[in-house]
Amino acid sequence: MAALGLALASSLAGLFATARRPALLRGLSLPLFALSGLAALACGLLALANGGSTTLQLPLGLPWLPWQLRLDALSGFFLVLLGALTLAVGIYGVGYVRDFERGRDQLPPLGAFSGLFLLGMELVLMADGAYLFMVAWELMTLSSYFLVAFQHDNAANRRAAFLYLLMGHISGLCILLAFGVLASFSGSLAFAAMRAAHPDFLWASVAFALAFTGFGIKAGLVPVHAWLPEAHPAAPSHISALMSGAMLKVAVYGFLRVVFDLIGPLHWQWGVVVLTVGSLSALLGVLLALMQTDLKRLLAYSSVENLGIVFIGLGLSLIFLGTDHRLLGALALVAALYHALNHALFKGLLFMGAGAILHSAHERDLDRMGGLLRRMPWTGTFFLIGSLAISGLPPLNGFVSEWLTFQAALQTWQLHSGLLRTLIPAAAAVLALSAALAAAAFVKAYGVAFLGRARTRHVRRARQVPVSMRVGQGLLALGCLAAGVFPSTVIAWIARVPQSLLGTGLPQAGAQGWLWLTPVSPTTASYSAPGVLFALLVLAGLTAWLVHRGAVRRVRRSDAWDCGLTPPTPRMQYTATGFAQPLRRVFGAWLRVDEGVDAGEGATPRHRLQITDRSWALFYAPVVRVLDRLTRLVTRMQAGHLRVYLAWTLGTLLLLLWVVTL
Amino acid sequence: MNAADTVLAVAQALLWPLAAPLLVGWVRKAKAMLQNRRGASVLQPARNLGKLFAKETRVAHTASPLFRVTPYIVFTATWLAAAAVPLLSTRLPTSALADVIVVAGLLGLARFFLALAGMDVGTAFGGMGASREMMVSGLAEPALLMAVFTLAMSAHSTNLSSVVDHQLTGGTLLPSMLFALGSLILVAVAETGRIPIDNPTTHLELTMIHEAMILEYSGRHLALLECAAQIRLLLYGALIANVFFPWGIATSAQPTALGIALGALAGKLLVLGAALAAGETVLVKKRLFQAPAFLNLAFLFALIGLLSHVILEQGM
Repeated sequence: MAALGLALASSLAGLFATARRPALLRGLSLPLFALSGLAALACGLLALANGGSTTLQLPLGLPWLPWQLRLDALSGFFLVLLGALTLAVGIYGVGYVRDFERGRDQLPPLGAFSGLFLLGMELVLMADGAYLFMVAWELMTLSSYFLVAFQHDNAANRRAAFLYLLMGHISGLCILLAFGVLASFSGSLAFAAMRAAHPDFLWASVAFALAFTGFGIKAGLVPVHAWLPEAHPAAPSHISALMSGAMLKVAVYGFLRVVFDLIGPLHWQWGVVVLTVGSLSALLGVLLALMQTDLKRLLAYSSVENLGIVFIGLGLSLIFLGTDHRLLGALALVAALYHALNHALFKGLLFMGAGAILHSAHERDLDRMGGLLRRMPWTGTFFLIGSLAISGLPPLNGFVSEWLTFQAALQTWQLHSGLLRTLIPAAAAVLALSAALAAAAFVKAYGVAFLGRARTRHVRRARQVPVSMRVGQGLLALGCLAAGVFPSTVIAWIARVPQSLLGTGLPQAGAQGWLWLTPVSPTTASYSAPGVLFALLVLAGLTAWLVHRGAVRRVRRSDAWDCGLTPPTPRMQYTATGFAQPLRRVFGAWLRVDEGVDAGEGATPRHRLQITDRSWALFYAPVVRVLDRLTRLVTRMQAGHLRVYLAWTLGTLLLLLWVVTL
Repeated sequence: MNAADTVLAVAQALLWPLAAPLLVGWVRKAKAMLQNRRGASVLQPARNLGKLFAKETRVAHTASPLFRVTPYIVFTATWLAAAAVPLLSTRLPTSALADVIVVAGLLGLARFFLALAGMDVGTAFGGMGASREMMVSGLAEPALLMAVFTLAMSAHSTNLSSVVDHQLTGGTLLPSMLFALGSLILVAVAETGRIPIDNPTTHLELTMIHEAMILEYSGRHLALLECAAQIRLLLYGALIANVFFPWGIATSAQPTALGIALGALAGKLLVLGAALAAGETVLVKKRLFQAPAFLNLAFLFALIGLLSHVILEQGM
């Protein structure tokens, strides 16, 4: 628990450090931020190693409602995830915020709200009562609102921040109501009491629906993801990394805490809902990511996809647990948690990469980049590792979690319901499709940004980013490699979460040692990531040796061949828009594509292409219309005359009196 | 896993790059015969590879180091993926190392680097090839995985050796298997760049996918990439031949069994190669935007196969 105290203290110190001098942000606040991450990491690992739970009472809160903290395996796992990312972000930020020192941006809010944001996330993970949970949750939401609105000179950023605040509040309201339902059965706001009470199916389902909506908004699931692609690009890049990598996971944590821990017995019907929403998010997220030309928006939409994959795993887990297949439920839960961890690692890495490009080339638009691998070899290498990992390719970490999810989905034959047997393979098909499309999206992002030739002058003059930024990226790239090559070790840690939550771990997963991963049994499926990596290296070495002995070794540099026409210019390269065009035609029906040629009188014709999210028309527009109509009804009551208002008051009082005497 | 199995696995792995050019040679020969030409010798693709290794390698000024390591990565990943597929014997330690999802992943890794290398030099063709390749694979990969899942579900294992063993012992061709087979054939045609999706022998910009990506390669780099493409064809051929028609494959390491397996494999591949050649002679290359319809069919087949398996056949 000492580590816990340090985490709190350092994030609080980060809050006050920047008020006086700008350099303090770099010199004191961000190192403290990183330290807090390190403390959270250590604290989480301790909790995972412990297995049991520890509680602590804070000398804060209301007299009859003290703030209780509790640390168990579930909180521990998410603290590890948050801590690892925070550590890297803190180191990276030291170099990144240097840009803001010269600009007109106000530094104190950046440092202060970053600290508060981290504090909020840490408190959410450790809260042991609905009251503290909600306070911490709102702290997290509000402080990140100020971070999104940090560069508020830009009108688009103000709009993004407002949308974020709005959705954040609806999310908070839903969660509050979910806790309200649970508390009415337990009679107390403490989690321990809620855990003991068992509401009936109907009320449990109401609480589930509210919690799923609330946490789903925060996790960015379709169709309530709209805030995410707006807010992530608006925030400074290291904050985007933290929001996407960690805050979305805090929402996953909340969902797990409420649904798997507090509500009581699980029902498979909930799993069907979660699985469907997760599949939709995965598919729509990756399609929209593929269509983006703004690098940070692309990454934001890809978060929608990855959270969809996490919720596919959670849905599978709910289905298996609801039908009493505990081992398979644990397997699917481990797959979901593994993917959550992976997403924190590679999405943090990729947002940092985008930030590095922004830092040195001042460019977010893919269609104006090109050739950055030569200018920024380190960032290029790290971004490549992140791209491979997020595309789910072996031997990196993204592959392991997708493999586990597939393995869980392949156990459908153990279920009896025909509906589930149909639904789960369909979800697996969606997962396969979105993984393949994610690879296309990241070939596009990497190829257009880092390969080829520079398309603009300032990109051609991009320079290497400072050491601290490279170290931050390097840490996460190492994390991606390690989590990909030693999955059995990682799973041994993660499996403690289902062990403490459900009473069932994955006894077989590490039974064959660190070399082999066998989730169910060795005959069902096995994967040896170290073996694959070793074989790849040996075969590559052998090939290179043979080729260099046998083949002609001479290499000559020459011009690129391009049909022997005019020498190629950078404008001839495929752009991000062009790259996605075939897939845009295939999946056009899923998106709203507005394409055509604007040819005004005498003006040069221009190609017009606008791709919007269908959920705006299908989901938000009707909601707005209904709200609009309702508010119009309310305005009728407001005549503006005092006597009318007095009449309303009198009427209400009479009504209340009648109700009371009833 | 004992020493004999390991030796066998290594020998089998070494067989892939040697046998792959022969299969391509046979497909070309059969195609030529069907078109009333005499055609080049079956050994010609192997000779071409030798010639490419003896040639000087040229690299564009604008190429990054990624361009030069890609051929090695593509060749290695494809080779390792192939090594996990049972070719002669099911007693294969490598298929425990990497199950069928890993095989798909390794092929994906090779494709990822190939597409990146296409965009590396900064010409129009490379980007075009990469974009088209990612579209085709984006649609083909889910179909491949779904088809394989049908097999994996009936064998209760994603380990390819176990799947083949299961097919050997309990193997009747159920309806779901036929759908999976149909899907796998369509995927194989698309993923190995054959007519009607891609044409491996053309350099016309309107039609090429695979060729457009490797247009900038020459010498030993090109030889490695060509060899990788040939291994990929053999991989899909062996997958279809051994999983759906597992007759003759060795289940032990005895020389006679291996001899029979080699003969059976050669026979099955001769038939498959001839069928491919016949298909390529009869069909024409489709327009690029008709490729999705083709791959949707593959995906649909795979999904129907999987669903008919989980709904109809599971109770039996």
